[in-house]
Amino acid sequence: MVDNPAYGVPELARRRFLGGGLLLAFAVVGASRKAHAAGEEPSLRAIQGATGASPHGGFDGFAPGGFIRIPPEGPITIIAPNVEMGQGIYTGEAMLICEELEAGLDQIHVVAAPPDEALYKQPILKSQATGGSTSIRGAWTPLRQAGAAARTMLIGAAAQQWKVPARECTAKRAVVTHRPSGRTLTYSALALAASHQPVPKDVQLKDPKDFTMIGKPLPRVDTPGKVDGSAIFGIDIRVPGMKVATVAACPTFGGKVAHVDDRATRRVPGVRDVVRLPNAVAVVGDHFWAAKQGLAALDITWDHGPNAMLDSAEIIRNLRDAHGTVQPVMARQTGDVDTALGKAAKKIGADYELPFLAHATMEPINTTVHVRADACEIWVGTQVPTMAQKLAADGTGLPLDKVVIHNQLLGGGFGRRLSADSIAQAVAIAKQVSYPVKIIWTREEDIQHDQYRPAYYDRISAGLDANGMPTAWVDHVGGASVLATYVPTGWPEGKLDPDAVEGAAKPPYDFANIHVDWVRADPPVPVLWWRGVGPTHNVFVVESFIDELAHAAAKDPVAYRLDLLRNNPRAAGALKMAAEKSGWGGALPAGSGRGVSLHDSFGSHVAMVIEIAVTETGEIKMKRIVAAIDCGLAINPDSVRAQLEGGIVFGLTAALYGEITFQNGRVMQSNFNNYRMLRMNETPPIEAYVVPSSESPGGVGETGTVSAAPALGNAIFAATGQRLRRYPFDRTQLHGAHAEGVVVSSRDAAQKTRVD
Amino acid sequence: MMTLRINGQSHVIDATPDMPLLWALRDLLGLTGTKFGCGIAQCGACTVHLDGNPVRSCVLPMAAVGNRDVTTIEAVGETAVGKKVQAAWVALEVPQCGYCQSGQIMSAAALLTRTPEPQDEDIDAAMSGNICRCGTYTRIRAAIKQAAKG
Repeated sequence: MVDNPAYGVPELARRRFLGGGLLLAFAVVGASRKAHAAGEEPSLRAIQGATGASPHGGFDGFAPGGFIRIPPEGPITIIAPNVEMGQGIYTGEAMLICEELEAGLDQIHVVAAPPDEALYKQPILKSQATGGSTSIRGAWTPLRQAGAAARTMLIGAAAQQWKVPARECTAKRAVVTHRPSGRTLTYSALALAASHQPVPKDVQLKDPKDFTMIGKPLPRVDTPGKVDGSAIFGIDIRVPGMKVATVAACPTFGGKVAHVDDRATRRVPGVRDVVRLPNAVAVVGDHFWAAKQGLAALDITWDHGPNAMLDSAEIIRNLRDAHGTVQPVMARQTGDVDTALGKAAKKIGADYELPFLAHATMEPINTTVHVRADACEIWVGTQVPTMAQKLAADGTGLPLDKVVIHNQLLGGGFGRRLSADSIAQAVAIAKQVSYPVKIIWTREEDIQHDQYRPAYYDRISAGLDANGMPTAWVDHVGGASVLATYVPTGWPEGKLDPDAVEGAAKPPYDFANIHVDWVRADPPVPVLWWRGVGPTHNVFVVESFIDELAHAAAKDPVAYRLDLLRNNPRAAGALKMAAEKSGWGGALPAGSGRGVSLHDSFGSHVAMVIEIAVTETGEIKMKRIVAAIDCGLAINPDSVRAQLEGGIVFGLTAALYGEITFQNGRVMQSNFNNYRMLRMNETPPIEAYVVPSSESPGGVGETGTVSAAPALGNAIFAATGQRLRRYPFDRTQLHGAHAEGVVVSSRDAAQKTRVD
Repeated sequence: MMTLRINGQSHVIDATPDMPLLWALRDLLGLTGTKFGCGIAQCGACTVHLDGNPVRSCVLPMAAVGNRDVTTIEAVGETAVGKKVQAAWVALEVPQCGYCQSGQIMSAAALLTRTPEPQDEDIDAAMSGNICRCGTYTRIRAAIKQAAKG
């Protein structure tokens, strides 16, 4: 597929050798013993650093392409093109390779890929990045091809040595066996010879019925190190001679440092340096405590800059008003909504509002940097290693190949580490000192200098026929372009940012007449993708509103959806499974309710049902959650379930607590005491089901997050009759709301809605 | 100079006594399994044991440790309960990003030492101070119950 080029295939090579897919990367790098392409050498050194191999010269072994290193002794190294941030991708990608390579997960270890666009460009994102639940979708074919090609070459080497036909040989658990004679050779023993084998022009991938690993809930490769403290995250890096710094950036966006008095700081025991940047001050110490005490002792005068009066209420007002003043950008127009609305038996509409959100990864932002005259070395957990490398090269003036990135396990990403802002800042600090320095942001800095999931204000409406079924669907999305702050050249006015309408432009349902547009309003706040990206925002609106329509039609919310899914059997299948497993329709006590949500996101179909009870004082008690996903073939079903479970908790946290607000230019939240997270005692049992499927894999990591808020909002409505169109859900609106004890289907859901 | 007993060994530490134990462990002794999450005892990522009791090392000045035994994630597996907890964590594939899990395991091991057969309410009480942003709570609960059985 032209749109889905294999990893590791330079564009020119692809054009020259059409049809070869990933194998072409082998043509470049697989044929010599010093098996790397011209551009790969620095990255190979980084890999060797990460694996403890010789730092001198090339890799002595079988190095077919970017993903597999088989040394003459020791375990096989799998180089994962995507970063491990909890989603289990090291395991999933290793399974894809090892299924075809014929090696066990216990025979390999996995390391992060160094920055190298030629080898590790993500086929969907079109850059070396991990995000958007794209990893498995991109890796599915090329990584199996890589494994199969390597296996073919290893078998070829064995056959040559034995002087037997390759077809008489098989491979299993990193051993090649000559069936007729029973002779065996290990992959290690074949490593050098395999490098001289011809690169296969094409490989036959296994029939899925022959899979021995894919589709099985195999143990994750990273789990053992995560239960005994031995796993190393970016923040755990210790480099000889290293000092530790912490930093305060101007509390208002775009502000600068006006004056710094560091006399008290320099008297703090263990403080070594005070480093000034245009918009921030860092204190370096022998350890974090000295740096933190030193920072607290600084007397900084800020020039608060153009956003000193920034205020949340004003931002939301501007978002709302943009709907009347800004020319919308068309995202979807099918049929004729105007005519359909004209004939509608009933028209209803509503406004939905979503807040700014911080990522709040458990591992606070940190970077370790050593800038020398001739090189820059960086240890960090980043979702964008090549962007980090580029920013460091720009910041130091060094050539790209003199910037080495040692990517580490990420203590959560959720989109935060798709930005390398903190890495650029760390390089700017490290440039001013002679030693390696680890810069750690306090939690307060992490929350107050995040790049936020933008706020949105959406206006949605529909026309219903006499049966209450939608004949027109109009969704005016309103909010920022995240791409605009991400693409160096910005995002032109009037051009659709697809992320802004993802989850809105293609709802799962049959709508004969649908109009979706986007009113762009960029706030003066740095914004970034947040787990679930476009769908997390839009599906909240779509799935809350479809629920409003079901209630307006006095129909069961599941049955209503199913009526609109006649052409979407996979979504219908997920919905039916979630409904059945949750006991949808079963009796519940007064003050209790079930809510449902459904979406097609990231190539998967996900349904969720949540059962809640609302107390007299408006407190929400979550009782039980059931989710079902059709993600095509689940590479590792247990990882899929884990992502659903965790993603739902992430989404519920936002629905119940998540909100970043601004006042006098400052972020008002600072730590987990006022930017709350869902906790153990609040988390209900979650059952996650995987719909059996042989379709190509879909994305998973963000799907649960997308499901959570609309399902909960719909449950609140079912329990109380209150439709909450803004989250975090305001529980003060639920005081005593359940007391009326009315059955759900008799409510007039349209009562409180805006009528167009 | 202070002397702390950590994971069965005495360590002389050259730092001011107000320095939280967390930074002595991480930055002076290289015991990086104990994590920094919030610095205000809100997330539990820094949980260690003092004489078997869970404490948040990010707010515990070294001066307050005294002669009590400090146990960290690196050594909790040497106790019978800690070993069972780690085994259950592996068996149920609890960790995702894994950053909070050292603290979760330390809290769970302390709970099971005190309360070998915890009810859900006991688990809520012992574990609600530990935040997991990846949302592994349901597996943590199941793993604690499994460790209690095993």
